[in-house]
Amino acid sequence: MNNIRKNRLKDQAFKIWGIFCTLLGLVLLAIFIGNILIDGILRIDWAFIVNLPSRHAEESGIYTALMGSIWVLLLTTLIALPVGIAAAIYLEEYSKKNKLSTILEVNISNLAGVPSIIYGLLGLEVFVRILEMGASVLAGSCTLALLILPIVIVSTREAIKAVPKSIRDASFAMGASKWQTVYHQLLPASFGGILTGIILALSRAVGETAPLIVIGALAYVPFAPSSPMDEFSVLPIQIFNWITRPQHGFVENAAAAIIILLLITFVMNGIAVYFRNKWQKKFK
Amino acid sequence: MRKIKELVIERALLFSALITIAVTVGIILTLSIEAVKFFGEVSIIDFFTDPEWTPLFTNKHFGIMSLLSGTLLTSFIAIAFALPVGLSISIYLSEYAPRSFRRTIKPLLELLAAVPTVVYGFFALMVVTPFLQTIIPGLSSFNSLSAGIVMGIMIIPYISSLSEDALHAVPNTLREAAYGMGSTRLQNSFKVIVPAASSGIIVSIILAISRAIGETMIVAIAAGQQPRLTFDPTVPVETITAYIVQVSLGDVQHDSLEYKTIFAAGITLFVFTFLLNTISYRIRKKFQEKYE
Repeated sequence: MNNIRKNRLKDQAFKIWGIFCTLLGLVLLAIFIGNILIDGILRIDWAFIVNLPSRHAEESGIYTALMGSIWVLLLTTLIALPVGIAAAIYLEEYSKKNKLSTILEVNISNLAGVPSIIYGLLGLEVFVRILEMGASVLAGSCTLALLILPIVIVSTREAIKAVPKSIRDASFAMGASKWQTVYHQLLPASFGGILTGIILALSRAVGETAPLIVIGALAYVPFAPSSPMDEFSVLPIQIFNWITRPQHGFVENAAAAIIILLLITFVMNGIAVYFRNKWQKKFK
Repeated sequence: MRKIKELVIERALLFSALITIAVTVGIILTLSIEAVKFFGEVSIIDFFTDPEWTPLFTNKHFGIMSLLSGTLLTSFIAIAFALPVGLSISIYLSEYAPRSFRRTIKPLLELLAAVPTVVYGFFALMVVTPFLQTIIPGLSSFNSLSAGIVMGIMIIPYISSLSEDALHAVPNTLREAAYGMGSTRLQNSFKVIVPAASSGIIVSIILAISRAIGETMIVAIAAGQQPRLTFDPTVPVETITAYIVQVSLGDVQHDSLEYKTIFAAGITLFVFTFLLNTISYRIRKKFQEKYE
């Protein structure tokens, strides 16, 4: 009898511990966001968004960094999207089970685990030096595109895989070729899933700092980029730069810029989750 | 005509897939070419045995051990924090929690991994370190303890989500058998479900370790920039990744020895994460076959 009681007690104890652990991370995140809001929310005004960076904390703004982030995001999408989707289509619909497909598969899974800073070293040597792009928006975007490529491929494959086989069979029975089936049936049917994966990948790209520092993106640029070959800064690098300055005003700036960056990241994640839920219902 | 079009499209798709292989080859070539040049100037024995790393000083030493110890120390602290918490979360969510709770809490937990790491760096430096200093008086304002803990918070979802998937995949018949024998949820979890899902859990832990080793911004901001061979969590250290950032922020001449050091450091990092990723991939493949 006693033993049963003891076991039940342990069971309850673990339940409480489990709830504690589950909430721990979330509570810490909440404390942190609260802290940031207290430090930075009063600093955010229109001038903070449209001002150029300055040596004086109160006059500094995030305009160049924000524009840099937008440029990089757009170019990264333009590069990673077609390549990633095409590679996923090949792996899911065309490739046969052979040595090449195994190598591709192992390779992509490995690439997904390569630290982002290594991509920075690759970008520094290949894009900045050998292809002579310099520390430009283009070089940064190419680097980030390679970084998110595995994520785009994996999520696109999942989305295509989820399309029922009956749709393929029906299309082939109507005399459609393989590409017609892919283009007219599979891609539209898996659109929501592909979109979810891409938004998540981009939300990762917008927060990346290390690889862009390595390729030589600057902490201080006087103007927003106006072409892909211009020098640039991005929001996370601007934040990093402000964090490493000792004067108090810059800490406030960093907190304010973090609020903006978190807003962008969370909105992107929210959109992705929304699309995922909507799309999952479609096949159920 | 249609056949040619189909063939061209297939080739184009194949080409896109092959780009991923080019990326891997590119990484390996880039790192090894610069690293070979580096080892032309610095003896490989010194690289592995010298206890000091001071390439930016006049008295240059190139001992990777002191950077490696910083990396391993911060990663160890992160895993020591994230493993018990993450594993408990996964067991709670899979075996205890109501389904609706799990569905809402999982995406929320995954937000922890979505927060940009530079933001976590700010958290470690501005919030966690001052807080820890009230408990540990001798704590330096740059230290591996705070950086490690915050990194642990970041990797909680890597462990909890993947482990929960693994626990959830265990067939219900095993649960029913255990409950039929009169076991509690706790006994069922630790004696039946966790062992059955062990390979999936191990994969999640390995991925978390690999993520911690490659993490850059948190340690660059909060752990300091002083390479030293120590396992004392209260003093400033420097990780491999933080060193690469430190050099990149300065104005380093191409083909200088400093420039090559970041590739030598990079290849060390790459070898570590590559080994971990390969092991986890192997286990995952085996695991998949088990339940198919």
